[in-house]
Amino acid sequence: MGNVALDIQDISKRFRLYHEKYTSLKEKVIHAGRTPYDDLWALRNVSFEVKEGETVGVLGRNGSGKSTMLKCMCGVLQPTSGQVVVRGKLAGLLELGAGFQPDLSGRENIYLNGSLLGMSKSEVAKVFDDIVAFAELEHFIDNQVKFYSSGMYVRLGFGIAVNVDPDVLVIDEVLAVGDERFQRKCIERVQVFQREGRTIIFVTHSPDQVRAICDQAVVLSDGRVVGYGTPGEAVRIFRENLLEAGDVLSPGLRDEPPEAEQPIPVVGGAIGADSPPEDTRPVRLTEVTAIYAGSGDHPYMVTGDRLTLRLGFDAIAPVHGADFVIEVRDAAGNLLLRTDSGDLDLHLDLEPGPGAVDFSFDSFPFLDGVYDVAAGIESRSGGALIDWLDPAARLEVMNPGRATGTISLPVRVELVRGEGHR
Amino acid sequence: MTLEAPAPGPAADPVTRTEVDPEPVSDLSPMADLDGSSVKGREKITRVVSSNVTVANRLVEIWRSRQLLRNLIRTEIKVKYKNSFLGMIWSLLSPAMAIAVYVVVFGLILKNGIPDFVILLFSGLLAWNLFLSGVQTATGVIVNNAGLVKKVSFPREILALAAVGSAGVFFFFQGCVMVILLVALHSAPDWGALWLLPVAIVPLVAFTTALAVFLAAVNVYLRDTQHLVEVVVGAAWFWACPIVYSFQLQAAGRLASRGLTWLYLLNPLTPIVMTFQRVLYARQFAYSTLAPHALTQYLPSWGYGTYVELDMAVLGASLVLFYFAMVVFGRLAGNFAEEL
Repeated sequence: MGNVALDIQDISKRFRLYHEKYTSLKEKVIHAGRTPYDDLWALRNVSFEVKEGETVGVLGRNGSGKSTMLKCMCGVLQPTSGQVVVRGKLAGLLELGAGFQPDLSGRENIYLNGSLLGMSKSEVAKVFDDIVAFAELEHFIDNQVKFYSSGMYVRLGFGIAVNVDPDVLVIDEVLAVGDERFQRKCIERVQVFQREGRTIIFVTHSPDQVRAICDQAVVLSDGRVVGYGTPGEAVRIFRENLLEAGDVLSPGLRDEPPEAEQPIPVVGGAIGADSPPEDTRPVRLTEVTAIYAGSGDHPYMVTGDRLTLRLGFDAIAPVHGADFVIEVRDAAGNLLLRTDSGDLDLHLDLEPGPGAVDFSFDSFPFLDGVYDVAAGIESRSGGALIDWLDPAARLEVMNPGRATGTISLPVRVELVRGEGHR
Repeated sequence: MTLEAPAPGPAADPVTRTEVDPEPVSDLSPMADLDGSSVKGREKITRVVSSNVTVANRLVEIWRSRQLLRNLIRTEIKVKYKNSFLGMIWSLLSPAMAIAVYVVVFGLILKNGIPDFVILLFSGLLAWNLFLSGVQTATGVIVNNAGLVKKVSFPREILALAAVGSAGVFFFFQGCVMVILLVALHSAPDWGALWLLPVAIVPLVAFTTALAVFLAAVNVYLRDTQHLVEVVVGAAWFWACPIVYSFQLQAAGRLASRGLTWLYLLNPLTPIVMTFQRVLYARQFAYSTLAPHALTQYLPSWGYGTYVELDMAVLGASLVLFYFAMVVFGRLAGNFAEEL
């Protein structure tokens, strides 16, 4: 077992960025020998092995060298140093429908593209019907490709690519195209490839996809491999990498612009909105902190860990019957959870001065993602909103397991045989 | 256990090997078996992507992609005349027009007196057109197919070869017209010298290919090449070949008196064009149309051997040039995707 299908041996790729590109003879002569340029190392000493039958995800920020690496694997670019050894037939899907001839029909393009991907005519003929069926183009296959919609174009491209029968399939972010149903179909196809023992390398921006499909994942940053390992580990490294770069806002967003806070307290319908808010509020929320294992060291928590949300407040006057509320929303703003102390018949009487209320979850169930926490204080009598912080905190959650989706629930699976299930 | 055992001795170059996976076919998943297309255990080719691949290995890659070459040629031809009403006929109309013009100018106005001048002319043009359209199309072919070069991996030389190939197809059509013309004018070729035709076509294709590969690569970096080719090949080079004039009648004497015949024959296309004329025009001596009783020599009185020698010299030079072109192409090809 364990033959190496793809051996990336210490490849580096340098791009020359010319300040001005001289391509005409006159310019070349005039600027002979002194064309100003900067060297850009898109890849630096990248080495790793992909074993036969493995599926490897490639993660990395924009500009981290993912596409360059894939192009080197496919042979579209030659590495400046080092080499890639490919064992078996490699099909690269760097762009769907690359090499389509708009003037030719879909049928002719299938043959042309098939041979571009290294298939013989008889091989294409054998899978021709599958390609058409997969692309759902039965009625349009004899139309010129230039009349295809972009969706049809992409479907045809993917249909050809997955029918190439490669040993190694290299996919660059093309799974993100098409409607959801087609995407699912593509993923299913990739899974069939996996079962058939083919080697797959694909670039994606979705940690969920990595977790769902990959055996291994590589994380690239600035042209270097910064992580190679199991999907969970790689996704964690990727996230950290993103956070370092500041692409994702760090959690505990207490330093949101102050304007965002001020108008919000009015929402409660309290009369006298034009009077200064400080005067009307007997108590204010000061800060919401997320406390979890290791919250001091790293900016993310792990699914299933214990989580405490500590709502700090400052009371100016005694308050009777205050209800504390929290809401958790996902990145799209969907409400996932809302709970308040009133639900638990816990109406708090607050003394003047600072204090805090803890909301504790023994096992925080949400999977990968960034979650916004909003918090508020309501008055039990009349249900008026006294204070509201939104967003009060941001939670970065990392899932070490393979489950995808939003929520992690313990589940038991068993096979029920015989009459038992009737 | 397959990769880490490069055979000792001269076969140490591990670049292209074919090996059978020694692993027994034991797939755990039932799906793969249903499909009947388990990828384990089938023959696998090892390929290396690096910045130094030898010419020999690239030739092997090209050979593996011959199917693609055929498809690209077919595409090129189909697309060229796809939406035109006359379609393929255009590929014949433009040489026909050129012939008509030359016949009128040289035959009728300048009165060169060559009998069946159109056949002499067309014999040379046949060879010339293959060269011209091959080289001209190939020069721009990498740049014009930037989308392909940037996104799909295949031996890039194929594009230049496809340009020559499509020129070859049009050469074939024009050859058919030549046959019709010969029949129509009751003009017999030299049947005994018909074998000379392939002897000329092989070096013609070799020379065209060599130049095509070279220019296709250079044009990516120096876009002037395309225009340079138009001027040099399209205009100047044409007149250096005995196509619209007869070598024997109009050039040989003047060249010989200055001792420049060797220089004239250094043009690789000259021997080829003259071989075509020898076979297809076939009249060494004929009565001029101007003076019906003056037996004039229109083709040199060389034996077949001389033609063979000259053509083989062209072939030899072309192969050297081709190797050189492949080396240049190989060095430049690595950065095509960035340059385009």
